[in-house]
Amino acid sequence: MAEATVSTDEIGVSDDRTKEVMTVNVGPHHPATHGVLRLVVDLEGEVVRELRPVIGYVHTGIEKSCEDKSYWKVIPFVERMDYVSYFFQMEAFCGAVERLVGLEIPPRAKYLRTIFLELNRIHSHLVWLGTTALDLGAISMLWYCFRERDRILDLFEMATGQRMHTRYFQVGGVIEDIPLGFEEKCRAFAEEMPVRVGQYEDLLDRNEVFLQRTKGTGVVPRERLLELGVTGPLLRAAGEPWDLRKAFDYLVYPEVDFKIPVGTVGDNYDRYRVRVAEMVESARIVAQCLHALPEGPFIADDRKYVLPPRSELSTSMESLIHHFKLVTEGYRVEPGEVYYSIESPRGELGCFVLADGSAKPARVHFRDPSFVNLQAFRDMAVGGYVADMIASLGMLDPILGGVDR
Amino acid sequence: MPDAPGLELIRGEIEVDHPGAVLDTSFDRGQAALIADPRRALDVLRWLKEQPGQRYDFLSSLHAADYLPNEPRFGVHYELINRNRVERIRVKAMLADRGEELPEIDSCVELFPTAEAQEREAFDFFGIEFRGHPNLTRILMPDDYVGWPQRRDFPVGGEPVTFTYSERRYG
Amino acid sequence: MRSKQLAARDMLRGDLEGEDLERYVEERVVTTNFEKMLNLARANSIFPLTFGLACCAIEAPISIVTARYDLARFGAEALRASPRQADLIILSGRVSIKMAPVVRRLYDQMLEPKWVMAMGACSSSAGMFANYAVVQGADKFMPVDIYVPGCPPRPEAVLYGFTKLQRKIMGSPDQGWRQRYNAAGTEEWARGGPRSEPSPEAALAYDEARELARA
Repeated sequence: MAEATVSTDEIGVSDDRTKEVMTVNVGPHHPATHGVLRLVVDLEGEVVRELRPVIGYVHTGIEKSCEDKSYWKVIPFVERMDYVSYFFQMEAFCGAVERLVGLEIPPRAKYLRTIFLELNRIHSHLVWLGTTALDLGAISMLWYCFRERDRILDLFEMATGQRMHTRYFQVGGVIEDIPLGFEEKCRAFAEEMPVRVGQYEDLLDRNEVFLQRTKGTGVVPRERLLELGVTGPLLRAAGEPWDLRKAFDYLVYPEVDFKIPVGTVGDNYDRYRVRVAEMVESARIVAQCLHALPEGPFIADDRKYVLPPRSELSTSMESLIHHFKLVTEGYRVEPGEVYYSIESPRGELGCFVLADGSAKPARVHFRDPSFVNLQAFRDMAVGGYVADMIASLGMLDPILGGVDR
Repeated sequence: MPDAPGLELIRGEIEVDHPGAVLDTSFDRGQAALIADPRRALDVLRWLKEQPGQRYDFLSSLHAADYLPNEPRFGVHYELINRNRVERIRVKAMLADRGEELPEIDSCVELFPTAEAQEREAFDFFGIEFRGHPNLTRILMPDDYVGWPQRRDFPVGGEPVTFTYSERRYG
Repeated sequence: MRSKQLAARDMLRGDLEGEDLERYVEERVVTTNFEKMLNLARANSIFPLTFGLACCAIEAPISIVTARYDLARFGAEALRASPRQADLIILSGRVSIKMAPVVRRLYDQMLEPKWVMAMGACSSSAGMFANYAVVQGADKFMPVDIYVPGCPPRPEAVLYGFTKLQRKIMGSPDQGWRQRYNAAGTEEWARGGPRSEPSPEAALAYDEARELARA
């Protein structure tokens, strides 16, 4: 065998295969970025080497605007942050102000709030499932999920008059009682929802392409997720059974029987399974709350903070004065600060309200789950393929309105 | 949430290890807070995280607030959770306004990697500088924005509503 | 009915002639001018851009293509991701100051004729967000053809706006905004199109912008 006459060192051909790194900009306008998220991705072929999310493209200055408005005017502002789970933001803010003020809400209001929160959780997961399946190529899931979503929005419209951004929760309870016919319609929906979820699972659970794209991709170990402050279905999919509904008792969750789905591996498939199982659990919670819905007032009685019913305005002078004061100036809150957090479909949604004695809050800050969960995205995507990055982004479920506020 | 006597106990234990780090305690509306000296806030956090009896190892939220017209003006809040005992505690560090220079505090990114984006947000909106942060740049505002939007003396902005048709027609 | 069938059979065989043929043709053919035909085709086959900013994005473009509020019956089912292939950009959501140059760039990349729908209160006039972070109305930096109010507008409202836009297109696609905003020469035509090179002023402006972006 003849010796090689030319060696690669002499002619300067390198054997190093890691030199062709290309920086690609994904977004902010991109069909798969779930909002205006910009990702600056360093790609080597199809493998993601480095990822930097750039956010702020839908920053609306909501927190600053809230400082300018009286407490009840803040409610429509804050519900537009995470625009798919709007009831949760209302609950976080109203709950924080109720703790600041020391107001106790009546039991019927608690049950109604829980019903709407869980309906909104199902709504959020349906939007997630439809758009994520669309990203992964299972396009028909969009139509089925949005069919159910339209039924939930019909329920919202029946009770509040608006499909989205309903400003239904007020400080002290809910703004008005549910109409006749709502309970039957809601019960029918809650009974049918597990059947529909079964249909979604039939479509996707054994779909070979879906399984190949989600099994084993986007794995982040549980300890790393805890370090990064990730909460919600992402953390539960990795095996940590941390759910604020069970940990900190608020509203009527202590009295309702429901399970928390927890995954094992923490890959994208587990995240999908956890959220789909959560939909079924939420339907169960809705059915139980409807069954146990007590009679009574739907908002607190304290006229210092709650508008009196309109029927009293024509007969009682005191109600008129309260109404006038509340609508023009609003109520004053003693100086203090409260941080109140709940479990939104994406994780821990916390609301920090700082009151300085005037009728307007001095600082409203939301600890948004998507903002913190987005820090885990780098760990999920680096080292995998671009297609896995898209699958991870879908399963991460960021809502950029909440990220940017 | 540790109750008021529990909070005092925690303060007493921190005094033994880090004297002078905790300036005050506050138990208001059912929420416990330790007010720490901003130069020693990192010690308090590390103590709370690593002390065998405490183990508040989950940083749920890091946010800042502007207490104008009270001095010291800026408060940096750390919300910590102990997941096993299901307890919350808050650590507050109050920073004074230094005019042109930015108020400084040590970054807790090594202790809690979740703080990375949240400290950037506090920097972006209040101009609080976190010493030791790997990448302290604006996160939500455009990179070349001038000003710290969520300070209380920054104007809300927007434009006034004009009624040009009515003004033209009715004077 | 039978007579029509017989007439059709005769025509196909070539048996109809003279007056019969004239009458046959007149009954079945519509004469119009080319512009109207073109506008009819344009209006009934709009390709919207998949562009969602915030809350309104859940109602459109996601909810109006679903089965209940079907956008496909208006011919606009093909949502395109690339601005080069899209006709209509629906500004669904609040336009923040960081996003405004991006939106403007997308709009500039679209080819003529193109239309803009400002959906919702936030893109029409900043909605409730009168603050430092939101551009107070998208028409501050780009021309808007139709405004759909609501927060968020119902999908039916968006479809109503869509049909109004269709009627506007069938009237005339060029709205004269270029004269109003003094922006002649900023049209974007496909390569090889009638005016595919920008005017000298526009070319200068584009060069300056490119320098700024690179700096």
